[in-house]
Amino acid sequence: MQRWLKVLFFLLLVRPLIVFVIGLNVFQRERLPRRGPHVLVANHNSHLDTLVLMSLFSWRDLHRVRPVAAADYFLANRWLAWFSTHVLDIIPIRRDGGGNRRDLMADCRAALAAGDIVILFPEGSRGRPEAMQPLKKGVFHLLKTHPEIPLTPVMLRGLGRALPKGEALLVPRNCDVAIGEAMQVGDDSAAFMGALEAAFETLAEQCRGSAWLDEWQ
Amino acid sequence: MFEIAPHVETVVIAVLALLCVASLSRVWMGQRQPERDLLELKQRIRSWWWMIGLLFVVLLLNRDAGIVFFACLSYLALKEFFSIVPTRLVDRRVLFWAYLAIPLQYLWIWQEWYGMFSVFVPVYVFLFLPVRMLLLGDSQGFIRAAGVIHWMVMLAIYCIGHLAALLTLPVLNPAAGYLGPVLFVLFITQFNDVCQYVWGKRIGKRPILPRVSPNKTWGGFLGGGLTVTLCAGLVGPYLTGMSWSLALAAGAVIAVCGFFGDVVISSVKRDLGIKDTGQLIPGHGGILDRLDSIIYTAPVFFHFYRYFAY
Repeated sequence: MQRWLKVLFFLLLVRPLIVFVIGLNVFQRERLPRRGPHVLVANHNSHLDTLVLMSLFSWRDLHRVRPVAAADYFLANRWLAWFSTHVLDIIPIRRDGGGNRRDLMADCRAALAAGDIVILFPEGSRGRPEAMQPLKKGVFHLLKTHPEIPLTPVMLRGLGRALPKGEALLVPRNCDVAIGEAMQVGDDSAAFMGALEAAFETLAEQCRGSAWLDEWQ
Repeated sequence: MFEIAPHVETVVIAVLALLCVASLSRVWMGQRQPERDLLELKQRIRSWWWMIGLLFVVLLLNRDAGIVFFACLSYLALKEFFSIVPTRLVDRRVLFWAYLAIPLQYLWIWQEWYGMFSVFVPVYVFLFLPVRMLLLGDSQGFIRAAGVIHWMVMLAIYCIGHLAALLTLPVLNPAAGYLGPVLFVLFITQFNDVCQYVWGKRIGKRPILPRVSPNKTWGGFLGGGLTVTLCAGLVGPYLTGMSWSLALAAGAVIAVCGFFGDVVISSVKRDLGIKDTGQLIPGHGGILDRLDSIIYTAPVFFHFYRYFAY
């Protein structure tokens, strides 16, 4: 039942909306994982990010795709909580450290163990459009016990301009999605974070017109 | 529902036959040279089927569906422009108002309010958008942003809007109906793109604008232009209310304007350092890569036709 709710929501509402209002330029779509366990890490500028990333998957794989989202925001009231858990099927994370204090990411681990594709935003929260914030090390801690699970970096560009943080007005705009090569965490946190940042920089260059956009900030 | 004028029916059948020939020769090429990679050609032809199929279904439905269809084209083109050119983050609200100009502009077209249709974007939108911008209170980069936004609005809404306006002109040739002039300008423009390319490959040597578009040669321009002019002279009286001599002139005008539209969008892309404007149409690129010449031919042909044929 929940599975169909999610599929129908994406097929009937999100997909058409993204095609007509957003319009995606996807680079290296073939690198998108088909099945889990797999972690997708992306930069985060807009509420649209999660919807766009999930819409890239075929409806057959969609029930396996679960975004990690802040519990204090997405479970804030009854209606949003119902939508977040039943339609988006989020993995809630307590940013304040409440709940399971020892392991914030216990739910993510469980999802990966069940073979899900987990979407994670290592910047923590939505930042200014087209500007990356420092990456947090949560991904590394999540995967260091299971270094064989691959992760794929995805660069999103333009969504922060279509619907930035704190705005309710969606202004149509084509957006770029550049999918990177799958990588593994290894055992050195600093080396991994450096490699991840470098991967995001490479992907940013693939997005179209980036030179001009930066000049115009 | 489908009331098709006889001449339009012939053209529809001819174009579909042409597409069949393209598809079949692709299959034939694939069988003769299995080692060649024909993926892009395959995508291109498949996209042509989609574009032409959609165009025919919508245009043959009725006049209003055609107007809505061109409004959607304007919207997609404007969205693509706003996504490739740099805009200031504060101008989000201005861009939103620019989008709102689309339903209004097409409403004037639908109402056949010619006076309003021809001044709305160049006068009222032109004056309004900077006012909305200055209410945002950020004057850094103001001139550039105002210029860029208005230029995009003119190309995507005003120029493309003339295709819809052609649907509303009084019918001069009952055998071709209200669709004749639109099909004429669309197909002559596309045929011009193809002819200039083919002639350029055959006899093109000296580039016209070596620094903007090195593939555009005098040979291609003149050879293609001449072919298109002759072809327009033959088809013009069949699809529109023009005499053959007037149609010849229209063909020459379309050949020249189509060339410039193509080159203008090329230099936009060159300035931005991008190869195509999007991925909307597989094998072709973005919608602007397909509409580039039409942006120039539609308004010029509209006024040419309205002035000389009536």
